[in-house]
Amino acid sequence: MPTPDPAVLARRAEIAAALREIVPGEAVIDQDAELLPFESDGLTAYRQPPMLVVLPETTAQVAAILRWCHDNGVRVVPRGAGTSLSGGALPLADGVLLGLSRFNRILDIDYVDRLVVAQPGVTNLAITHAVETEGFYYAPDPSSQIACTIGGNVAENAGGVHCLKYGVTSNNVLGVEFVTPQGDVVRLGGRTLEAAGLDLLGLVVGSEGLLGIVTEVTVRILPKPESVSAMLVGFGTLEDAGRCVADIIASGIIPAGMEMMDRPAVHAAEAFVGAGYPLDAEALLIVELDGPRAECEALVERVASIATTNAAFLVRVAANDAERNAFWAGRKAAFPAAGRVSPDYYCMDGTIPRRRLPDVLARIRQLSDEYGLGVINVFHAGDGNLHPLILYDANEPGQLERAEKFGEDILTLCVEVGGVLTGEHGVGVEKRDLMPTMFSEADLAQQKRVKCAFDPKLLLNPGKMIPELHRCAEVGRMHVHAGELPFPELPRF
Amino acid sequence: MSDRIQPTSTGELAELLAAATRDKASLALRGGGSKDRIGAKAADARVVDMRAFAGVSDYDPPELVLTTGAGTLLSDIESLVAAEGQMLAFDPFDHGRLLGVEPGRATIGGVVAAGVAGPRRLSGGSARDHLLGFEAVSGDGRTFRAGAKVVKNVTGFDLSKLVAGSWGRLVALTEVTLKVVPRPEASLTLCVRGLEPTAAVRLMTGALGSTAAIAAAAHVPAGDGPASTLLRIDGIDASIASRRKALLSIVPAPALADALDDSAAATAWNDVRDVSVLPTDRPLWRVLLPAAQAPAFVAALDDSAWLMDWAGGLLWVATAADAHALRVAAQEAGGHAMLVRADAALRAGVPALHPPSPAVAALEARVRQAFDPGNVFANGRF
Repeated sequence: MPTPDPAVLARRAEIAAALREIVPGEAVIDQDAELLPFESDGLTAYRQPPMLVVLPETTAQVAAILRWCHDNGVRVVPRGAGTSLSGGALPLADGVLLGLSRFNRILDIDYVDRLVVAQPGVTNLAITHAVETEGFYYAPDPSSQIACTIGGNVAENAGGVHCLKYGVTSNNVLGVEFVTPQGDVVRLGGRTLEAAGLDLLGLVVGSEGLLGIVTEVTVRILPKPESVSAMLVGFGTLEDAGRCVADIIASGIIPAGMEMMDRPAVHAAEAFVGAGYPLDAEALLIVELDGPRAECEALVERVASIATTNAAFLVRVAANDAERNAFWAGRKAAFPAAGRVSPDYYCMDGTIPRRRLPDVLARIRQLSDEYGLGVINVFHAGDGNLHPLILYDANEPGQLERAEKFGEDILTLCVEVGGVLTGEHGVGVEKRDLMPTMFSEADLAQQKRVKCAFDPKLLLNPGKMIPELHRCAEVGRMHVHAGELPFPELPRF
Repeated sequence: MSDRIQPTSTGELAELLAAATRDKASLALRGGGSKDRIGAKAADARVVDMRAFAGVSDYDPPELVLTTGAGTLLSDIESLVAAEGQMLAFDPFDHGRLLGVEPGRATIGGVVAAGVAGPRRLSGGSARDHLLGFEAVSGDGRTFRAGAKVVKNVTGFDLSKLVAGSWGRLVALTEVTLKVVPRPEASLTLCVRGLEPTAAVRLMTGALGSTAAIAAAAHVPAGDGPASTLLRIDGIDASIASRRKALLSIVPAPALADALDDSAAATAWNDVRDVSVLPTDRPLWRVLLPAAQAPAFVAALDDSAWLMDWAGGLLWVATAADAHALRVAAQEAGGHAMLVRADAALRAGVPALHPPSPAVAALEARVRQAFDPGNVFANGRF
């Protein structure tokens, strides 16, 4: 992380006083004990109490805070519910943590244009709750949806089990109100299907709090499908399961969700919740189909036949919602189940081309033996998004470091086979230094230029996503002098 | 110096752009030229023909991913994926028919750069939703990549969104990776005759809010024939019949609803997409607004012809009305208006793209600097 600036730390009391001028009362937190709850997010391996916490409740306050911090050279880290799995909301020792928890109201629901306007601190699930009586829901469903906020979803471009069919956050957001690092309030997009001009909205979604702070979000809502069916499919080999997934997609079926678990995951989940999973399966697939009833019924039959062709030894269709929920209970409990078989676990999030699944899993098993650490694999098989859970014990000296190294090897492997470092959790602080494995220097330079276009003083969430960003002037100098490099005839690597 | 140049490698393109930055020259990127007649004439810009960056380099149907040179013809890509029972979900189309240019010239790079999406955009998303990654050269001649070749990825800023619909103002696209989807096995278009705009929008938005899973919805007002409201459902045979029944239950006068046969349905949707039912003697505007505002907006139009796509969220308006007044009206309705077809004189004076608010314009300018610090692509067209 950027080195704390002693000059800023020395001004802590003055900064707190200035923030209290903007947000009166107890919304500025400066007592050490009260700062502790903010010291980490969902990636608890990293901890750092912030210098101060401020909890504004209006856009004008957010703008004033950002303007003051910009003018005074103070760093700011935005935070929603703090459920990030990549350290996106990790505080800075010399930074103000700007929490959006008080932005917790739904502002408008429009069933004609099928959208909801919400403040960023509203939870993902609360949006669905607000519209479900009318038969609607908000599609992206990250597993933390009971706690994570829509503002955080926008910052991280959150996905979920159902994004294969319904898209991730960026495909479901129509507009935002956005405060720039300089404190200017702009509206990007709105209630139309597309915004005019450059798609700045698309850039802001997934920008991990590096470009500005979102103070209002407009999302699309969808009518709940008429029917939902789930199937549990067991295989004797991972290869059969992988081929079944490819065949389902190749046949033209886009399931609402398609999740795979390997043998250790099945065993851990079964021991934890007793979902009725077959313990002799090397790979277990949960396939969920939704849509008009007649379509669902026909597709269930097709999937069953594809599964049988690929040597599935078990094809069970949920007879009712209770059984469907039981199928999911094990998958959704995979993380806590990992926590039960191991004192600590470390969750990875790479995406790979689906065709490489068997090779990648075999290599992960090998690495597991080499590192002497167990691994449980659960993944969104439909879109190739892996979530290996590396099992370790932080109290055993050296295990955390080994787990992190193992994780790096897995992500590097994902990139080597044509995949990416993160499918839905974000880069954050966790994968920042791995960015060069996926991107060239030129690719990263362009990312830096975009950051500098919004935040030339690098005050907003620095130390996340982009490796080695020292000063924008350096990036600027490079582009000012492009084409004027000395010795232009020399190759440069 | 010739006024047109065709680079054949990224290296050559990068040199060209770096030199233009150094010389403070202005360039205009061009694919097949199907959209040349949109925007003002970039008089002093040398044209960079991007068609040498052609050819599909990777297409594995079960991965739902296709990687291709940006100069590849849209029609070639459509035939290739159709042969595998797939399609581009955003329903891209060739602007030739709309703009009076010989059809068949549109390239995939042009389609992405213009954010082109047809009637199915309503359910399938736009080019920006399906561009997974790209390779491009910045205005100052740096070759870079963003995104990837997998369907799910949040690694780094999502520059694909920014590049889609940027109209050649940020980068020269050399390669794009697109998501493809299975082509529906069956499709049915229900045509409801004689609805007024208010009833039509109520039906279309109501249908979208129902479980019928609508793929596209459009309304063509009464002209020579009665008004027609089109509702399309895509899927498998087994479900089409039951969804048709569900749909008919919300049609105000089911007796006025017919299912079109396949060829009539194709013609009807092509007419909507190519806007071929509107007169060509007046400027043509593309107005996006919340569907709820569409009936009032069209009621206030004088001496104009129009049609609605995207369930009322997209209005095509042929009108000689004052450009500024039309834009103010669109803005007051929560929308914006793009000038798509007009004579050169009007295009020289009225910007094609809806002018952004000052705060957004300032951000846009900074973002453009981040990709094109020498203003090579600021050639006056937009």
